[in-house]
Amino acid sequence: MKFTGTAHKYGRDVDTDVIIPARYLNTSDPAELAKHCMEDLDAGFVGKVVAGDILVADENFGCGSSREHAPIAIKAAGVSVVIAKSFARIFYRNAINTGLPIMEAPDAVDGIRDGDVVSVDADSGTITNETTGAVFTAQPFPPFIKDIIEGGGLIEAVKKRVSL
Amino acid sequence: MPRPMTMTEKILAAHAGLEEVEPGQLINCRLDLVLANDVTAPIAIKEFRKVGLASVWDPTKVALVPDHYTPNKDIKSAEQAKMVREFAREQKITHYYEIGCMGVEHALLPEQGVVGPGDVIIGADSHTCTYGALGAFATGVGSTDAAAGMATGEAWFKVPSSIKFVVDGELGPWVCGKDIILHIIGMIGVDGALYQSMEFTGSTIDALGMDDRMTICNMAIEAGGKSGIIAVDDTTRAYVTGRAERPWTEYHSDPDAEYARVIEIDAATIPPTVAFPHLPSNTRPVAQARDITVDQVVIGSCTNGRIEDMRIAASVLKGRKVHENVRLIIIPATQQVYRDCMHEGLTDIFLDAGAAVSTPTCGPCLGGHMGILAAGERALATTNRNFVGRMGDPTSEVYLASPAVAAATAVLGHIALPEDLSPATDSDGAAS
Repeated sequence: MKFTGTAHKYGRDVDTDVIIPARYLNTSDPAELAKHCMEDLDAGFVGKVVAGDILVADENFGCGSSREHAPIAIKAAGVSVVIAKSFARIFYRNAINTGLPIMEAPDAVDGIRDGDVVSVDADSGTITNETTGAVFTAQPFPPFIKDIIEGGGLIEAVKKRVSL
Repeated sequence: MPRPMTMTEKILAAHAGLEEVEPGQLINCRLDLVLANDVTAPIAIKEFRKVGLASVWDPTKVALVPDHYTPNKDIKSAEQAKMVREFAREQKITHYYEIGCMGVEHALLPEQGVVGPGDVIIGADSHTCTYGALGAFATGVGSTDAAAGMATGEAWFKVPSSIKFVVDGELGPWVCGKDIILHIIGMIGVDGALYQSMEFTGSTIDALGMDDRMTICNMAIEAGGKSGIIAVDDTTRAYVTGRAERPWTEYHSDPDAEYARVIEIDAATIPPTVAFPHLPSNTRPVAQARDITVDQVVIGSCTNGRIEDMRIAASVLKGRKVHENVRLIIIPATQQVYRDCMHEGLTDIFLDAGAAVSTPTCGPCLGGHMGILAAGERALATTNRNFVGRMGDPTSEVYLASPAVAAATAVLGHIALPEDLSPATDSDGAAS
């Protein structure tokens, strides 16, 4: 999985409420959720993000809720991958389950500024800041989890299991 | 001989069919229950349909609780609730709770005996960790994990390491479970227990009732915890006996089990605590918060909406009036709690004080409905989260505290302790 896009950078403890406010959770339509992605943190986010862009953040990204609406909103807004110093556990799982690539890469976060153009090869764990030329390495997923992502998410994996 | 294990490791090993597990190990576990609500079940149902199975793995082990936007706040949320209702009927789900029978899921399921000691439970709600108070492994997941669980009766887990919190000694006046957990989150931060299980022990914990224990485990997620757990003892047994639907199994940590950290806390040092916006870890003693005026107070939620919470609030409100500038909203977490409030005369106390007593719902806690804050407004709540925009407009603020502090604050109009109040007047106007 390879991606190139502009980085949108945020701080630590970006929670699921600011990613998609609860007032919009009377629907699970990805297109609707995308319209309000990051709204309570950066009202201008949806106006500037384009398909393929990359979200970059400090520690504990996605803290808070179980609601998959958060990774769904991010993915539907066009974000190709999220790079953070660490992820909240439930968001980590939800991102994998819904096919949103995420990478834990503290050095890369420190080496990327808002607006930099960044390339990511998720399979090898290589993150390249095309604007500065710096290259960073993230831990690739364990095989078990990589299988889920490459298979198209948890439901596809379950389909294979129950059809055996 | 299996290696020494924590109770969390033992529960997971038993459900994975393994003699032992260790932190970091990836395992597949048999589930005792899968839970979802009116916000998370719609996605779970759609994902379940994609699997291609006609039926859930076991209709007695799925719980669907419409508690977020119910009674429905608008047409869209009504459509979501309808989808859940129809799925529940189609699949003959045993534990579907209709309006009028429902409650806030994490107060409802323990009360109804649907969850018990030794269970492995996944819920599509982050506060599912509440059931750890019963000695279960219970963790929040997303809708897709819930769908996979409904389809297969299994879920994969990475075995968490554990942090042991040893709380000993006697709590000070008006200090309860909420203050303990806020104090701990203040100590370790909102990711202080990331991917870890929080195990609570010590003489202080042993002395707590089930409601306080549930409050503590409920907020393990606010420290990033995968689960919160308290060992089964006579208090637990008394609670589940006659209530639990299924036989249960007790697991206890080995004396030489390995912990990532052991944190010892003297209960006497825990003050009545309030969490300032915008993180549950932004804690301060209530005594340092008295200059904060509030517009609204909310007493309720899966964190503090149980009967003991109502009793404490009532003891502070009795013979007093809510401040003229404050809206006090009290939400008993279940129909049973609501009924108990009436039988015990608590509802009269609330109404006499000038509170609005609402039907069970998460409502304002997540900023859904039934108590939303306008721009610049400020609330003190017994809920569990105070993120930006949590209870309404992004410029509004939520302060988190116990039912006792919430009640005192409602009377005085600023953040306060019960001891700050003037003596209450009884029904004939004399000071008591």
